[in-house]
Amino acid sequence: MIAEAGLVALWLGAALCALQLVLVVLALKTPFVLSEVEAREASAPPAARPSTSLRTNGEGNEAGETWRALSSAIRPVAVAQGLLTCLAFALLILLFVRVDLSVLLVAQNDHSEKPFLYRFAASWGNHEGSMLMWVSILSIAGAAVAVLERRLNERTLVATLGGQAAIGLGFYAFLLFASNPFARLTPPAMEGQGLNPLLQDPGLAFHPPTLYLGYVGLSVAFSFAIGALVTRDVGPAFARAMRPWVLGAWIFLTIGITAGSYWAYYELGWGGWWFWDPVENASLMPWLAATALLHSVTVLATRDGLRAWTVMLGVVAFSMSMVGTFLVRSGILTSVHAFAVDPRRGSFLLALLALYIGGALALFALRVGTVREGSRFDALSREGSLVLNNLLLTVILGIVLVGTLYPLILEGVTGEKLSVGPPYFNSAAGPLALILGVVMVAGPLMRWRREEVKPLLRRLAPAAALVLIALVVIKVTAPAIGILPLLGLGLSFGIMLGSIEPLIGRNLRRTPLFTWGMVIAHFGIGVALAGMACDSAFTAERLVAASVGDRVQVGPWQVTLKAVTPGFGPNWTSMDATLEAARGGAPVTLLPQARYYWAPPTETSESAILTAWNGQLYTVLGSQAEDGRWQLRLWWKPFVTLIWAGGGLVALGGALALIGRVLRERRSAKNREATA
Amino acid sequence: MKAKHQRLTLTLLAVAALIGAALLAMSALKDQAAYFYTPSDAARDHVAPGRAVRLGGMVTKGSIKKLPDGVTITFLVTDNAATVPVRFSGIVPALFKEGSGVVADGRFDASGLFVADQILAKHDERYMPPQVAGAMHKSGSLEADEKAKAR
Repeated sequence: MIAEAGLVALWLGAALCALQLVLVVLALKTPFVLSEVEAREASAPPAARPSTSLRTNGEGNEAGETWRALSSAIRPVAVAQGLLTCLAFALLILLFVRVDLSVLLVAQNDHSEKPFLYRFAASWGNHEGSMLMWVSILSIAGAAVAVLERRLNERTLVATLGGQAAIGLGFYAFLLFASNPFARLTPPAMEGQGLNPLLQDPGLAFHPPTLYLGYVGLSVAFSFAIGALVTRDVGPAFARAMRPWVLGAWIFLTIGITAGSYWAYYELGWGGWWFWDPVENASLMPWLAATALLHSVTVLATRDGLRAWTVMLGVVAFSMSMVGTFLVRSGILTSVHAFAVDPRRGSFLLALLALYIGGALALFALRVGTVREGSRFDALSREGSLVLNNLLLTVILGIVLVGTLYPLILEGVTGEKLSVGPPYFNSAAGPLALILGVVMVAGPLMRWRREEVKPLLRRLAPAAALVLIALVVIKVTAPAIGILPLLGLGLSFGIMLGSIEPLIGRNLRRTPLFTWGMVIAHFGIGVALAGMACDSAFTAERLVAASVGDRVQVGPWQVTLKAVTPGFGPNWTSMDATLEAARGGAPVTLLPQARYYWAPPTETSESAILTAWNGQLYTVLGSQAEDGRWQLRLWWKPFVTLIWAGGGLVALGGALALIGRVLRERRSAKNREATA
Repeated sequence: MKAKHQRLTLTLLAVAALIGAALLAMSALKDQAAYFYTPSDAARDHVAPGRAVRLGGMVTKGSIKKLPDGVTITFLVTDNAATVPVRFSGIVPALFKEGSGVVADGRFDASGLFVADQILAKHDERYMPPQVAGAMHKSGSLEADEKAKAR
């Protein structure tokens, strides 16, 4: 019964989504003329604008009545839709936790002897379940906009909810007609097939949900852009309403990418943290677009510039999320993430993609002419640096997009097969990322509107000096370092110093929280860059066949193989190595494992990692040779942890900025009430 | 500069940047795109020794040999039309087996031996690199394989 109830909830959610779209269309068709007063207000500077958002054409007017009735009906519909879809998802989780083997999806991905956490996580560790999670988050995002968004012009808000419903409808259809997660299996299975052991890791339980919150959260930015284009209401007020949503999605995307990178690093046992796999690119591309959007929306909110560009980026950011979903979910790629190999689903998703991206771009092309001119600025100014930031991010996005899609398109057109690998991405995107780092130092040190060369150079001097000193010191102490790691490491010091410079001379306790957010996020980028450069420049690696008792030197560490013993877990058996690692002081024990899962029958290696203040010792146990020796792979990775610490700082900075914005908003709302 | 001009300049700048990105990407692709090779590709295009490339195919049955150092193996990778000898030092991924698909990053040496730095293993037991699957379909060996498994 649970599965049927889930399916019913999903159908009801889809029906409400359709109703939402119909209501929005009816509401927007209600004659509505922007009054003279309001038109003037819309172009006035934000401070001069009163807090009213809705003024229909004449109180008590018939059209006004219809409008109010329709627009007040839309919010509850959006909320009910979100709740129903979440109910469907919760029921699916329940099916997985109870291991209901009469449900096809459960039988294919679950196993009764799997630990609770992985029975839980298995519900989204497969195609249908992850798509249901996608739609749940989409509808919850719509409901959140309906409940929380108070600043947006009422008409634009209605159009935004229409955009959200339009996206939802397509993906409901995809779920219900091409990927039903609640399909029954007759006769029921005796036992489930289990979950890919690589995915049986706490990382999996939390990585996809965070990433999806980011991915799908960008749908709100998309719908905002659509709403603003429909009502021709692109301006600072719109940007201020949109910014927290972009920021929220961006934070989750940052956490998701950082966590995913660390998960791949320790779970896959290959010692790398970024692979330029199309699946990774699928999450990087929306992040790049969202990062650009985050900066351009700031220009629009504070200086009323980059109007059309910001709307465009809103469309592009979520389009990248959908391209990513298409890549991962269409079965066009084969990887641990690509569950479905079903051309019908691929074409369904491709049609949705063409419809939404094409539709949004067509709307943009039709309406961009009516977007009013923003205010002007000098090339050398904060705005100018943000334009440069946007251009660089867009170019990097273009490079990643070309590298990811080119092999697929080429194969589709000519049948020729090739794959684009790290050499392409590193050589094409790496130098641009370094330039972006320089812009990132200079940007926050510039004034809005116009900046003079001399004072700017004076402010840049400390960071530049530090970079030069760092470059010389590194080159002298580590002469073998490659050019990209050298520049990256040198620049990372400049970024760290430059990013805290805006705080200098300020009263730190009165500095707004969102300024702290920017400083910490930029500082985090510097930290992550330092980690990446150190990892690629200074990693020491040893690969040996060792007998019990053998001692191996890697970097500053002496590692001794003490024992190899059999072990077991809830759904696996293993060989466990006991390693003792020491560098001078007391030895520390490490326990890398080779595991053998029986459902499905798979072997995995569980690395053991020792984290010290200045890096990580990474150990992997391989197979046994005929003569009884064991393969051991050891890495000493100085400061590699900075990569993820930096990612965490970036997300923290985003969170502080978001909290700061929301608090300020509340305070000014209170002030308005007080003065009214 | 008038407002209109500034807008025009920004638009042109954006267009120029995107064209630049496309050109940069295409030129980098020209150098790097021929990154994935099947054994037949490698035999046909003679890859320059020392260039980082990716080799994909099936591990020939009975070809895995362990060298006395305990960490190095050699094996043959085939697409049923051509065969490449491969040497790899390291821990092979769990899914690396004779008769199954493999993708290796590395470079050819002067003698035509492929020296692998890494064998890719982020896939389940059903995984086969799409390029390999395509090559196999062409030669009909995949269907035969599947049928053998079904029995």
